[in-house]
Amino acid sequence: MIMANHSSEYYVPPPSRWPIVGSLALLTLAGGFILFLDKMAAGPYVMALGAAILIYMLVGWFGSVIREDQAGKLGGRVDMSFRWGMVWFIFSEVMFFGGFFGALFYARNFTLPSLADAQMLWPGFSGAWPSAGPGIREQFTPMAAWGIPALNTLILLSSGATVTWAHWGLKQGRRRQLKIGLILTILLGLTFLVLQAHEYLDAAFTIRTGIYGATFYMLTGFHGMHVTLGAIMLTVITFRVFAGHFSPDDHFGFEAVSWYWHFVDVVWLLLFVFVYWL
Amino acid sequence: MDAIAHHIRHEEHPTGLMRWLTTTNHKDIGTLYLWFSLTMFFFAGALAMVIRAELFQPGLQVVQPQIFNQLTTMHGLVMIFGAIMPALVGFANWQIPLMIGAPDMAFPRLNNWSFWLLPVAATLLVSSFFVPGGSMAGGWTMYPPLYIQGGISYDMTILAVHILGLSSIMGAINIIVTILNLRAPGMTMMKLPLFVWTWLITAFLLVAVMPVLASVVTMLLTDRHFGTHFFNAAGGGDPVMYQHIFWTFGHPEVYIMILPAFGIISSIIPTFARKKLFGYTSMVYAVAAIALLSFLVWAHHMFTVGMPVAGQLYFMYATMLISVPTGVKVFNWVATLWRGSISFETPMLFALAFVCLFTIGGFSGLVVSLVPVDIQLQDTYYVVAHFHYVLFSGSAMAIMGGVYYWLPKWTGHMYDEFLGQVHFWLTAIAFNITFFPMHFLGLAGMPRRIPDYALQFADFNRLSSLGAFVLGASQLIFLYVVVKCIRGGAQAGDRPWEGAESLEWTLTSPPPYHSFTVAPQVK
Repeated sequence: MIMANHSSEYYVPPPSRWPIVGSLALLTLAGGFILFLDKMAAGPYVMALGAAILIYMLVGWFGSVIREDQAGKLGGRVDMSFRWGMVWFIFSEVMFFGGFFGALFYARNFTLPSLADAQMLWPGFSGAWPSAGPGIREQFTPMAAWGIPALNTLILLSSGATVTWAHWGLKQGRRRQLKIGLILTILLGLTFLVLQAHEYLDAAFTIRTGIYGATFYMLTGFHGMHVTLGAIMLTVITFRVFAGHFSPDDHFGFEAVSWYWHFVDVVWLLLFVFVYWL
Repeated sequence: MDAIAHHIRHEEHPTGLMRWLTTTNHKDIGTLYLWFSLTMFFFAGALAMVIRAELFQPGLQVVQPQIFNQLTTMHGLVMIFGAIMPALVGFANWQIPLMIGAPDMAFPRLNNWSFWLLPVAATLLVSSFFVPGGSMAGGWTMYPPLYIQGGISYDMTILAVHILGLSSIMGAINIIVTILNLRAPGMTMMKLPLFVWTWLITAFLLVAVMPVLASVVTMLLTDRHFGTHFFNAAGGGDPVMYQHIFWTFGHPEVYIMILPAFGIISSIIPTFARKKLFGYTSMVYAVAAIALLSFLVWAHHMFTVGMPVAGQLYFMYATMLISVPTGVKVFNWVATLWRGSISFETPMLFALAFVCLFTIGGFSGLVVSLVPVDIQLQDTYYVVAHFHYVLFSGSAMAIMGGVYYWLPKWTGHMYDEFLGQVHFWLTAIAFNITFFPMHFLGLAGMPRRIPDYALQFADFNRLSSLGAFVLGASQLIFLYVVVKCIRGGAQAGDRPWEGAESLEWTLTSPPPYHSFTVAPQVK
C-alpha cells in the first residue's frame, strides 16, 4: 500500500466488492425468509439463493483477508485490531444469549408465580417449574439433566481441552500435535451435535409446549447453531494448518476460533445448569 | 513525498456508482451515512407532516385511523434507526480518524458493510407500506400482543430490525477498535477530544444492547410463526416480559442517540467561546456515569403496566439520579461560556439552543420520572413533548450544528452564514411552537397515537400543526445550504474557526484521501 514505506504501517484495504455482495445476500435471504414465513411458495428458493450468495461472499471476503495475511500485509497493529474486534464480537454474542436467559429467569421467577397467584383465573395452577403454563393441558416429561446432557457437557469440556492442547502444539512448533488436537476437537464437536439431534428427536415435548418448550428449544437451538458455526470455523483453520499457515508467534486466526469455541463451551455450562439441571 | 503523491495518483479507485458501492474510505462512508440520514430525515419528516395535517383540527380529515397509526409507527422507527443514529455514525466515521490522527477506521471493509446494510433495512421498512394489510401500526416499540397479530409487514419490520442491529454492532465494534488501537503517538485516552470519548462509550452501549433487541424481536418472530409462548400467558409467557427485555435495550438506546450529540456540543462550545472545555475530566466521567445508569432504569417506561411499589420507587430514584451527571455536563458547558470571547456563528447558535432546549427536555424527563405524575402522564402528549425536546432539539439540532461546524472541513468551502442563521432561527422558533403546546395538551389529558381528539384540544393542536409545517419547510433551507456549500463557496482554509483546537484542523480542507498518512505527534 501507499504508506507502506512511511511511518504508518496500518493496512487500509483498497475498495472491495464483498460488503455490497453481502448486503445483496442478506436482502435476498431476509426477503426469502419473509416470503417463507407468510407461506408463499417462492420463499425457500429465494432463501436458498440468498444463502448461496452469502456463502460466496464469506468465502471470498475471508479468502482475501487470508491471502493478505499470507502476503505479510497485515502488521502487528492490524493483529491487535482483529483481537479487539473478536473480543467485542463475542461480547455481543454473550448479550444475545443474555436476552434469552433473561426471558427464562423472568418467566420462572415472576411470570409463573404471578399466574399461580391468580387462582380466580387459573384454578389449581401451581406455577412450579417446569411448566407449560396454565392454558396448555398437555402432559410432558422435561429433559433430564443426567443423561445425554451430562455426557454432552463432558464432551464439550473435553473439546475445550483438546483445542488448548492443539494451541500448545502450535506455540511450540509441534504441528502433529496441532493437527491431531484440531481434528479431535472437530470430532468432539460433531459428536455433541449428533447427540443433541438425538435428544431433540427423542424429546417428549415440542417448541409449542408453553414457556418451558419455548425457552428450552430457543436456548439450546441457538447454542447448537453456534456449535455448528464453531465447527465450521475449526474446519477452516484445520485446512489452513494443513496448508502450512500459522506460525508459533503469529496465529490470530487460530486463536479467534479457539476463543469462540471456549465461549460456546461456557454458554453450554450455563445451559446445563439453568435449562437442564435446576 | 513525491513517491507518495505518485502512488496516490496511480492507486486504482473506481468512479461513479462503483466508488460508493465498494469504498473503504472513512470519509466516503461518512458521507454516505450522512446523505442516507438526511434522506430518511425528510422521509420520516414527511410522515410527520401528514400526522400534523390530520391533527390540525378535530375529526378525521386526511387519513384513516389505521393509516395514522402506521404513520406514527414508521415516523418513530425511521427517525430513530434511519435518521438520528446513521447521522451520528456518519459523524463518527468522518471525525474519529481525523481527531485521533489515524489513516482510516480499523476495519474499512466492515465499515462499508455497516453502511450498505442500512439501505437493505430501509427497503424492508419502507416497502412495507405497499404489502397487503399495510405497514405495521403497533408503535415503534413493537409491543405484543399487537405485533403478534399483524400481517406480513410485521415480519418485514422484525427482519429489518435484525439487519439494523447487525449494522450497528459491526459499526460500533469498528469505532471501539479504532479508538482503542489507532490513536496517534501521544494521544492518550485522557487527551481524546470529548466527541471521541462520547462515541467510545456509545459504541459500548450499542454492542451491549443491540443483541438484546435482536433476541427479543426473535422471540416475537417465533411467537408469530413457530408456536412459542414467550408473550402469551396461556403458555406461561408474559407480554410484560417483552417490555422488560425491550427497554433493557430501549433505555440505553436513548443515550446512544444523545451521548454523541453531547460530544458534538462539547466540540462547538469551546471553539466559539475561545476557551478550553471546562471540566474535561468530569465530562468524561459524567458520560460514563450516564451510560452505566442507563442500564439500571429501564422500567420507568412501564410504571403503569403493574409492578411492586418497591420496584416503582427504585426505578424512580435511579432515574432521578441520571440528572446528576447530566447536570454536570450542562454546568460545564455554561462554565465554558463564562467569560469567554463568544461569537454567534450558526454552529454556536445551534449549540446554545441545544443547551437551553435539551435542558427543558431533561426537566420534563424528571417530571415523568415521578411515579404518581407519570401514572397521569403515561401515553399523553406530555411524553411526546418530552422526547421531542431531547431528540429533536437535543440530538437533531446538535447534528445540524455539527454539520455547520465541520462542513467547511469536509468540503473545503464556507457555508452561507446568512442562510444558516435563517435556518437556525426558523428551526428553533418553529420547533418550540410545534412542541411546547404539547406539554399543555398532555397535562390536560390528550392521549398519544390518536388521529382524532376532543374539542378542547383544538387550539393547541392547530398551533402545533402550524409550527410543524414551518419546521418541516425550513429544513429545505438546510438542504439548500448543504448542497450550495458542497458545490462551491469561499475557501475555508485549514482552520476556519480560530478557536478550534483538535487534530482535524491541522489537515487541509477537505482532508487528503488517507487522512493521516504520517501519524501526527501529539504533545
